[in-house]
Amino acid sequence: MSTSKYGEYGGQYVPEALMPAIEELTDAYERYVLDNEDGFIDEFRRRMREFGGRPTPLQYADQLSERYGFDVYLKREDLLHGGAHKLNNALGQVLLAKYMGKDRIIAETGAGQHGTATAMAAAHLDMPCEIYMGETDVARQRPNVFRMRLNGADVTPVTAGRGTLKEAISETMRDWAGSVEETHYVIGSVVGPHPFPAMVRDFQALISEEARDQIRDRIGRVPDSVVACAGGGSNTMGAFQHFRDDEVDLYAVEAGGSSLTLDEEEGVAPNSASLSTGTDGVLHGARTKVLQDSDGQICESHSVSAGLDYAGVGPELAHLVEEGRVRAVTVDDTATLEAFHRLSREEGIIPALESAHALAFLDRAASGDADLGDEVVVNLSGRGDKDIETVLEETDRRDLSVAPDMSLFEELGGGSL
Amino acid sequence: MSLASAFEGGPAFVPYLVAGDPDYSASLSYVEALDDGGADAIELGLPFYFEFVEELDVDASLVCMTYYNLVSRYGESTGPRPFVERAAEVGIEGFVVPDLPVEEAGPLRDACDEFGLDLAFIVAPTTTDDRLQLIRERVSGYVYVQARLGTTGAREDISAQTGHSLERLDGWEIPKAVGFGIGSGDQAERVVQAGADGVIVGSALVEIVGEGIETDAPTTEVSSRLAGKVRELKAGALAGGSSTNRNEHGRTDPTLER
Ligand SMILES: Cc1ncc(COP(=O)(O)O)c(C=O)c1O
Repeated sequence: MSTSKYGEYGGQYVPEALMPAIEELTDAYERYVLDNEDGFIDEFRRRMREFGGRPTPLQYADQLSERYGFDVYLKREDLLHGGAHKLNNALGQVLLAKYMGKDRIIAETGAGQHGTATAMAAAHLDMPCEIYMGETDVARQRPNVFRMRLNGADVTPVTAGRGTLKEAISETMRDWAGSVEETHYVIGSVVGPHPFPAMVRDFQALISEEARDQIRDRIGRVPDSVVACAGGGSNTMGAFQHFRDDEVDLYAVEAGGSSLTLDEEEGVAPNSASLSTGTDGVLHGARTKVLQDSDGQICESHSVSAGLDYAGVGPELAHLVEEGRVRAVTVDDTATLEAFHRLSREEGIIPALESAHALAFLDRAASGDADLGDEVVVNLSGRGDKDIETVLEETDRRDLSVAPDMSLFEELGGGSL
Repeated sequence: MSLASAFEGGPAFVPYLVAGDPDYSASLSYVEALDDGGADAIELGLPFYFEFVEELDVDASLVCMTYYNLVSRYGESTGPRPFVERAAEVGIEGFVVPDLPVEEAGPLRDACDEFGLDLAFIVAPTTTDDRLQLIRERVSGYVYVQARLGTTGAREDISAQTGHSLERLDGWEIPKAVGFGIGSGDQAERVVQAGADGVIVGSALVEIVGEGIETDAPTTEVSSRLAGKVRELKAGALAGGSSTNRNEHGRTDPTLER
């Protein structure tokens, strides 16, 4: 049996029509994922090697280590097929849908990373696929929209609300409520009703399973701390899972956006820091920490990175923070952009803006905000090609110490690449 | 008072609108128009304001239909009790909370019992027999029968769908209200003929409000369109109730419930 509650958090807050699907999925999760029935996990691992390119390297970061005075190791999920950790989960779930006999895949996407990963996995496993995406995100992540189309997925823009991840999830749930019998909903993070948070965590746990072996091979012990960014928290839970029983400090870095103060009047949180500033509520099928006003209306979240722009967070992660096992911290948009430029310039790796949050926390720690110890693993959850246009615009608006000289772009007319 | 009494005078008509759509005062008129048209109970999609309900002048029973987060978070609380207490004060008689399956409904059921309110649950075509049993034990007021899954896909005849759904509730001593995209008096009639104790209509009415916004129609005009639609649907339900081929799954004694 799998548990659906993590302390106060978790559960299954879904429409009646979906309950049987949730029960069916729980059963499939226990049989195939937990018990490896029909060799499901063996096939999952094989496909993640052959199609996904696992294992991803754990790389010693020379310049960052020298700069900060502690050893920094990057878990290179940006090198996974598709350019982010998202494929671990997407391929796992699409394969599970196949084992369950479903013949259609739906998914929501924010940054477009989960959508592209799902579209790739669906094409790989020959399943028709429809992706829901907020229209604001469609506009700010155009290359990813095209990638999904290239892989044969249908992309449906969602116009409700502010047109971001929250609305996309709601719309996908609505589709699922009317199509559960033949459709599997590939949720994109460790959120939603049980069994999703547990199942997505288990697929993403490949990250820490490898990283733990890799770091021990390299330094002969586990690291002092592991740092990962947290939106919904799937790369986070994946990076933490196999270190939970070790003496390793775990840091979940949230998007501090432009401010940590919630605007009650407008119902806007200028951040996506639900672990750090949220309150208990029920969102998208689970009780967890959410950004909401005092009446319980869910706030609009904000982050320079679309993939972290979400008002909730995985229930198990909320519980681990509540228990004190995981520390939730924040970095703001500006610090994130600086970290983005620093890694690009000094290490030759352009990180996803989401991952740049984790990197920005190293800088804060080095200046005395936290003691990460001598050996630090950072989960580099994705690569930043998708963010180039955003970074160009956001860099232009700011006075960043580490940014390249932007005058060339201004002469060319600025704006878009 | 129990919500079941709204079903006593023959087949009940239960319309749904969102409080505050498109704005506070227009929405007050619209909900009152549902009442004028002959609604027996009104499902109010409630964002968060109870003043609205206090200001409403209607005879119909009021049912609050909202997300569980609003119910459990009211007054910055972490449980449903304060919301239910306040709802009882303003005269709301019951709840339908679509994202709260019976397994998670313990705290709300307790609060409803404490303040004498009903808690209706939805039964879907996909609901398994085991869960049907759980729902039967915990439901009060009426059972909301969702007779079809999505709005797309094969459309079976409305009375056949209703018949199938109600067959599974045979013997339940609680009124059964059926809703699934019913939009005309004729459909309401067939649903009641197939054995429903009540007809729930949401999207057809929400659409009228939506058209009003698009065409910039005056509030009075939209109100009278709403009242007209309600009269049509209510008349359909009543006609279904008086016609002879009404089957034995039909009316039950509402006083026997819970
Ligand atoms: C590269 C990358 N990292 C992190 C995230 C955040 O998701 P999660 O917190 O579930 O890992 C995203 C989401 O799109 C992403 O694309």
